Amino acid sequence: MYVAAKGGEKAIRNAHALLAKRRRGNKNLPSISLAQIAQQLTLAVDRVMAEGSLYDVELAALAVKQARGDLIEAIFLIRAFRTTLPRFGYAQALDTSEMLVRRRVSATYKDLPGGQLLGPTFDYTHRLLDTSLGVADEAGEVDDEARQADPADAAPVAMPRVTDLLGQEGLIEAAPADEGAEPFDITRAPVSFPVDRSTRLQTLARGDEGYLLALGYSTQRGYARSHPFVGEIRFGDVEVIFEAPELGFELSLGTVQVTECQSVNQFKGSATTPPQFTRGYGLVFGQCERKALSMALVERALRWKELGEEPGAPAQDEEFVLSHCDNVQATGFVEHLKLPHYVDFQAELDLVRRMRAEQAAERPADGIKEAAE
Amino acid sequence: MSQILMAAGFADPVFDQQATFRAAMWALSRPGRVEPIRAGLAPPAPLNAEAAALVLALCDYETPLWLDPALAGAPAVADFLRFHTGAPIVAEAREARFALIAEPVDMLDFYDFAQGSPEFPDASATLILQVDAFTAGLVLEGPGINGRTAFGAAPLPADFIERMAANRAGFPLGVDLLLAGAGGVAGLPRSVTVKEG
Amino acid sequence: MNAHATGAMPEITYNFAYLDEQTKRMIRRAILKAIAVPGYQVPFAAREMPMPYGWGTGGVQVTAAVLGPDDVLKVIDQGADDTTNAVAIRGFFEKTARVATTTSAREATVIQTRHRIPETPLTENQILVYQVPIPEPLRFLEPRETETRQLHALAEYGLMHVKLYEDIARHGHIATTYAYPVEVAGRYVMDPSPIPKFDNPKLDDCPALQLFGAGREKRIYAIPPFTRVRSLDFEDHPFRVQRFAQPCALCAATGVYLDEVILDDKGGRMFVCSDTDYCNERQEAGHRGEMAGEAGRASPSPQPSPLRGEGADGALNLSPTGKGRPEGPGEGTWGVPTTPSSAGDPGSARAAPSGMTK
Repeated sequence: MYVAAKGGEKAIRNAHALLAKRRRGNKNLPSISLAQIAQQLTLAVDRVMAEGSLYDVELAALAVKQARGDLIEAIFLIRAFRTTLPRFGYAQALDTSEMLVRRRVSATYKDLPGGQLLGPTFDYTHRLLDTSLGVADEAGEVDDEARQADPADAAPVAMPRVTDLLGQEGLIEAAPADEGAEPFDITRAPVSFPVDRSTRLQTLARGDEGYLLALGYSTQRGYARSHPFVGEIRFGDVEVIFEAPELGFELSLGTVQVTECQSVNQFKGSATTPPQFTRGYGLVFGQCERKALSMALVERALRWKELGEEPGAPAQDEEFVLSHCDNVQATGFVEHLKLPHYVDFQAELDLVRRMRAEQAAERPADGIKEAAE
Repeated sequence: MSQILMAAGFADPVFDQQATFRAAMWALSRPGRVEPIRAGLAPPAPLNAEAAALVLALCDYETPLWLDPALAGAPAVADFLRFHTGAPIVAEAREARFALIAEPVDMLDFYDFAQGSPEFPDASATLILQVDAFTAGLVLEGPGINGRTAFGAAPLPADFIERMAANRAGFPLGVDLLLAGAGGVAGLPRSVTVKEG
Repeated sequence: MNAHATGAMPEITYNFAYLDEQTKRMIRRAILKAIAVPGYQVPFAAREMPMPYGWGTGGVQVTAAVLGPDDVLKVIDQGADDTTNAVAIRGFFEKTARVATTTSAREATVIQTRHRIPETPLTENQILVYQVPIPEPLRFLEPRETETRQLHALAEYGLMHVKLYEDIARHGHIATTYAYPVEVAGRYVMDPSPIPKFDNPKLDDCPALQLFGAGREKRIYAIPPFTRVRSLDFEDHPFRVQRFAQPCALCAATGVYLDEVILDDKGGRMFVCSDTDYCNERQEAGHRGEMAGEAGRASPSPQPSPLRGEGADGALNLSPTGKGRPEGPGEGTWGVPTTPSSAGDPGSARAAPSGMTK
């Protein structure tokens, strides 16, 4: 049997209808297309893919549209969809040294093999509002594939990673070897602390950009300072390769755009290790440099124990940092305060009233004073 | 191994798994009470239909499964279970999250299976024991039981009461038992106290 | 999915009860372990759900994992079936599982709840699924999971007793009024979710199976039927529940948990059952409270009118259906223990209710 409940259902329907109306805005204006979002709000789409942990430009654009531009809401939409997808297996580790590089800068060398490639960046722009963007310009559909397949703005030359160059001299700690083991999957198993490297990196990679930015910033201001240099930040297309055990061969699933940041941090050495540089690592879907950089700083700070450093700064606190960096979790719990809590509030009200009554009975003078106020 | 020769799994995987899980859930929630299992499976011998249903409902590639010698000696059983669940079949009893025991009388000691740890007592094995009949002769007490309840099943290890007492004494560590056969399943979680009736 | 921005996007279809089968099996295995170790929090790989974390994702995942086609589902929030979040969750299961729903606690086989235990005694074969925001009872004493896990492993609960005792020393009372910690089957200290401690006695020796799901915190725990659940207390300060000074204004029930509804800005208020199903059932059986209409008349909703989506007037209406208030049966008894500000407050002289039959 079905019994309709009163009130709430209608209210929810009305609220949703209103939401749809607000989303659409003035109907005299054309509806924004997913292609327009994907092509013109690329960084919003990239952030949604990165923190949504799903590389799909079209779905991310849809989520941005559906969420009225609220990116955390859009990330949430993507996550809720992603969780229903079956898992076929794990791709091989991305080889970013083989990246089709669209942008690459190193702060540690003036010049290096492959050169510096400024690419599409806000760096060095004057932040002056450009009113020329305020007028409607050329109409017509843009080639939807242009974003993915325009080799013209990519570097044609090989670009070895700066950390690999340092590694040849033994000046930087070796990158952890890829043993081919399946990574811990934070979407398939509950995390318990302390965590391994794959768990740490996954959690940070889908973590909130603003949260990581603030924590990364705190390390620069002296809370777990580790003297970072941007060894390199690079953005471009990398191939995703999947080895299907039942097929017995590798196949390319296509390319994804990622931003990778490797920080080079000071390390004085220990009893067993000579002085050398250490790494902080950031990797994010799409072009999200602020996030990749912040991630590298925080990742490095979280490694204090293995490097024998002093703990104590917020960014070093693994359980704290990793437990609170997911914005879908955070926004859900913060916003759940909007839900009714009147049962519990009633219990608190009763207690406070009772305690006030008891106190007033013990101290009648106070009670009179209060009544007089 | 031809797929054509493979015994069928659940006719309706979504609902049959759900119904079988619910039987197991109520069985562990109300120790000693036999919950019916109607899955209509015809697995290769000596695997019985009720135990097969429990494995198909609860196991997958995430759950290492151990088979007792009687089951391991019949390759069709492992093929059937692997095909329908994808569960890795392990040789070491201690690595198993689920263990399937066709001959309880000769079974390994409970301590040979994962007991969980004080921090993670849930990381312990669930043992599925095939039985021929639910009988009487035992009395159960503990969570899930309104006072006490009579219970019995056959066959069981000769020292069953001592084993269950030791398992209870180790609480919150220990193994959990599902007894499967005769059209149903009964649960004996580690929280139960088993006495002679 | 490829970018086909100009064409229609393909329809997305979901499995029965939304979750894929592998996820359900994972949750089901966690539920079985939770039942085997009563009160222990089993970690599970909670999925993202299409509702926000903190809004019942844990309860929804547990419900989705246990629910079958023959179940009859009831969803309550704050005891009421028609609170917006309860409506939204019920709608989710109607849509994804096409399961029968009800508001009747007697008819339901599965009841998902936030913050209350129904007043109607639960029976065997029923499953009560709690939505849990913070499953760790020690969390506010020790925020670190690494520490609290050890404390549970060692059954080291002194910290909790110290906290409760400090309350007594400071306030003369244990100042915890909801999410009041309990000891389950003599071993684990457990957070019963933010139910008022009024409901704690219902946890004990309950014939129904009680399952607790915390999605964001990724924990599932359980109380099997007929299990001893003891609210923590002290010999000289035994556990006691809140008592209301008056019966429900609509159904005259006593010994039930009441919601306080503010009627005006002059201190007027009424107290009505938090459990709407229980209240309606009593009213249908002819029980009448102070504020109820005559028998045979449609009784006013015991709840404040639900939120309206911004509509005709765009306003949120939070006032109760029956505006105004009746002549009080005596000052200071509207559920408010006698306090200086309510008892004998001349400012609260009340007018007879308008629009209500007394």
